[in-house]
Amino acid sequence: MDLGPSMAVTVEAIEDQAPAGAGRKKLGAGAWLAIGWIVGLGVLAVIAPWIGVPDPTETFPEYARSGPSAAHWLGNDGLGRDLAARIIYGTRASYIVGFGAVAFGLLIGGFLGLVVGFFRGRVDAIITPLMTVLLAIPQFVLALALVTVLATPQRAGETINPSVRLGVVVLGLGLVSIPILGRITRATTMAWSEREFVLAARAMGAKQFRIMFREVLPNVVPAMLSIALLGVGIAIVAEGGLALFGAGVQLPTPSWGNIIATDKDQLARSPHIILITSMVIFLTVMALNYLGDVVVERFDVRESVL
Amino acid sequence: MSAPHVVDGPAPTGLPGAGPLLEVRDVRTQFSSPRGKVRAVDGVSFTLDRGKTLGIVGESGSGKSVLSRSIMGLLPGNAERTGQILFEGRDVSDLDPEARRALWGPEMAMVFQDPMTALNPVLKVGRQITESLRLHLDMDKAEARETAVELLRAVRIPEPESRINAYPHEMSGGMRQRVVIAVALACGPKLLFADEPTTALDVTVQAQVLDLLAEQQRQRYMAMILVTHDLGVVAGRADDIAVMYAGRVVEKAPTRTLFSGMRMPYTEALLSAIPKLADPSHTRLNAIGGRPPDLVNPPAGCAFAPRCPYAKERCHQEQPVLTETAPGSGHFFACHYPVGSPENAEVADQLEAKRLMSIAPPPPPLLQGEGPEGGEV
Amino acid sequence: MGIAKKLGQLLATVLLVTLFSAFLLTLLPGDLADIIVPFGTDAQREQVREDLQLDAPFPVQYARWLGDFVRGDLGDFYNGPTSRRPVAETVKEALPKSLELMLWAQVIALVIAIPLGVMTAYKNGSKLDRFSGIAGFAMLAFPAFALGFVLQYFFGVRLGWLPTGGFVPASVSVSGHVKSMILPAITLAVAQIAIYMRLLRSDMIQTLQQDFILMAKAKGLSSRTVLFRHALRPSSLTLLTVAGLNIGTLIGGALVIEVVYNIPGMGLQMAKAIGGRQPIAFQSMVAIIAIFYVLVNFAVDLLYTVLDPRIRNASN
Ligand SMILES: Nc1ncnc2c1ncn2[C@@H]1O[C@H](COP(=O)(O)OP(=O)(O)OP(=O)(O)O)[C@@H](O)[C@H]1O
Ligand code: SF4
Ligand SMILES: [Mg+2]
Repeated sequence: MDLGPSMAVTVEAIEDQAPAGAGRKKLGAGAWLAIGWIVGLGVLAVIAPWIGVPDPTETFPEYARSGPSAAHWLGNDGLGRDLAARIIYGTRASYIVGFGAVAFGLLIGGFLGLVVGFFRGRVDAIITPLMTVLLAIPQFVLALALVTVLATPQRAGETINPSVRLGVVVLGLGLVSIPILGRITRATTMAWSEREFVLAARAMGAKQFRIMFREVLPNVVPAMLSIALLGVGIAIVAEGGLALFGAGVQLPTPSWGNIIATDKDQLARSPHIILITSMVIFLTVMALNYLGDVVVERFDVRESVL
Repeated sequence: MSAPHVVDGPAPTGLPGAGPLLEVRDVRTQFSSPRGKVRAVDGVSFTLDRGKTLGIVGESGSGKSVLSRSIMGLLPGNAERTGQILFEGRDVSDLDPEARRALWGPEMAMVFQDPMTALNPVLKVGRQITESLRLHLDMDKAEARETAVELLRAVRIPEPESRINAYPHEMSGGMRQRVVIAVALACGPKLLFADEPTTALDVTVQAQVLDLLAEQQRQRYMAMILVTHDLGVVAGRADDIAVMYAGRVVEKAPTRTLFSGMRMPYTEALLSAIPKLADPSHTRLNAIGGRPPDLVNPPAGCAFAPRCPYAKERCHQEQPVLTETAPGSGHFFACHYPVGSPENAEVADQLEAKRLMSIAPPPPPLLQGEGPEGGEV
Repeated sequence: MGIAKKLGQLLATVLLVTLFSAFLLTLLPGDLADIIVPFGTDAQREQVREDLQLDAPFPVQYARWLGDFVRGDLGDFYNGPTSRRPVAETVKEALPKSLELMLWAQVIALVIAIPLGVMTAYKNGSKLDRFSGIAGFAMLAFPAFALGFVLQYFFGVRLGWLPTGGFVPASVSVSGHVKSMILPAITLAVAQIAIYMRLLRSDMIQTLQQDFILMAKAKGLSSRTVLFRHALRPSSLTLLTVAGLNIGTLIGGALVIEVVYNIPGMGLQMAKAIGGRQPIAFQSMVAIIAIFYVLVNFAVDLLYTVLDPRIRNASN
């Protein structure tokens, strides 16, 4: 017994108000701070050799385990290497692992998710069970297994080439991230593929792949981006975990993870090594997470998809 | 307009709180919103006697629900309410939360609009009835259970002994609304708010549920505020009807009086919006064109003016005051050019002609000549 | 979905997972016997090769491993060419410690996160809400192992309140046992608290806007009853789902934290297997963990069915 449309119009203005912040065009100070931190560290790591940062492998035995000093701002590690230098150079390995693993995962997982979400049916039936198996092993355990197996030297005492090891860590963490990134891309793609403009394009007979890349992909990107930002942080932390198992970036090349792992027994005597490095990882991950949230907010990525 | 209207007849004496059960004086409720203050209820007053029914009618967004919730004290955090609410002569407008909760259940209760969402999906219906019994009436488990079964029986739920263990999703919409009513009736409230209790139900079930409410009301000598946007629903069931528009009462009268001599153009429009079975289905859709006004920046004069067919210059400038047609008639309205006043005659004729055109099927050729004569009878 | 079908799926997943981890071993470069007993004599190497049937084709190797595994033989941990210890024994000692750590972490996380989640949803926008939002954000960003070291340093080294690491069995000293578990469990719980709190809050905010909450209020129930009986119950289902999804993170975190706090659980044993170059032992432990993970998810699924009347009825 409801009334006709003209009677039933509610004053919708209040309910229709977009959530605060969604429409904001400018990035806030927090976002700039986060970007500044992440980019700044990266730049520092790249230009380190030219701005007088000491060699991260050079030891100053008389400074071993000593805290911050005039000569070594952040102090020295267990072997007397300059901690600031190790952290700055360590950024290289940690960033390569973080961004590299996610880029790898996104390339494969994102593509698979897009295809499966868009075409569904048969493709879905093949790929999803595969992903299920990958998801049935805890991520960290899987990464640990992959790195261990793929980077085991043939004989004890031999060492693996550090750049091979770095590649394996990137690959291991990247493989692990495929199902997660794939699942999210798939869900988002499915949601967007139902939209009128996509259905309309399909109905008009446009080429399927063209629709997928031109109409669907641009809308899926924000969700991918936000989860990728979180993923970079997770991968950087995971490298630290791997390093504790001796499966992180190969020494003497520094990474944030192996700086901590190497001197974990120095905690009581020289806490600065672990505390300072932890703080750097913490701030970086926080910055990445914050940017991920900003993307969610600005592009109105639904939380449920994540 | 804030003068409370005098109750007819002798009030029952000797009862605690003799006099009207509920007296509402100049209640205003505002919500703070990003756009500014939303004046959802803007100065409403009325009284309600024990056992009587007041129908509150108005379009969506006119403030009916907010008014009921303001009286009950069930408003969200961003709401601000002024005015007085006297329940059995006692001022309950600014009770602390504890005292207010003591009212909810045994004194006043509410039947919600949508039975599909009003019941907790993960609790058995029995539990949802017994919890207020145990809280307010101090019943033990067995007693509460027995009472709940009786309540379910009273609202005509078949096999109440087993239904008490059912979850809401196992019941149909009509059944669920009966459960919602049972929950509201559980502690024997003196005042029941029924906020569009049947809008979400099938047409066939609507009448049953409304009849059930009326029956329970009679048996329990309970007063009821029946909120609806359909004048047809309250026609045979309310003692008085208040018509709301943009947060105000724009016309109020005993039901019979209202239907026989409505004065407010808005009420008239609402009436023509009642779907009549005989009408072709499209006729009711164009009953009132336009939208209700913005409650943040309401128009200066009569709030209905932008949509009112009789609106004149004065309506846009001066807000009409709620006045009684004749002293003691109990019929109030707020309009400068009420229905039937000479200024409206011309427009009224045009409207009537239009209405007839839209209802009447194109007359068959044979009868064409009789048209005008029929009109003169 | 019927229980039988779910069980079938469970079994299939476990098979696939072990097959996958066995397959991983074939990717190892060089001779497995060389890796396991690097400094052994040729004869010893030959022995290992025979023990493990390394020359047999992959399906045979897998079938053998699976057969042993089902019978509880998880292979051996070689400490040099002559001394070896059954992995099953190691697992029997290590697994309970890891489980206990995870259990405590979950308990701590839920005990803290549930009331906080409920209160922050109820007082949405309040000081408490904003503060715990920021705190949760920071907690999520703090890597578990780094947090482990930081807590170890402050509470163990500086304040000396709690041991900096190591594991004291309850049979030796109950108070020592509890003390040795406090820091690891808290470390593991911190991120979980943030996750659960955030999730419960956003879910509860939605639940609190439901009509049935208003109706519960209109019955005159106290805020506490409304919150914990009427609002938390539906939200707890979401919480359960996330707890299930979280188990993987929890397992990974537990392994790392065992290394940080030197608790001889599965994590430390796996680290030893890696350090001692024992791929077979490592694979068996990976398989155990994966099976545990799949089982927990299965249990969560079942629990979900039991807790949500809507699903329960649908499956009957
Ligand atoms: N919590 C709130 N915050 C802000 N505005 C509100 C809130 N609740 C109601 N309103 C506004 O108050 C006005 C009156 O709403 P109300 O729900 O009372 O209308 P109604 O007459 O019951 O309509 P319906 O027939 O749709 O139930 C509407 O404009 C609505 O948008
Ligand atoms: S006052 Fe004027 S505009 Fe308002 S209802 Fe009466 S005639 Fe219409
Ligand atoms: Mg309403």
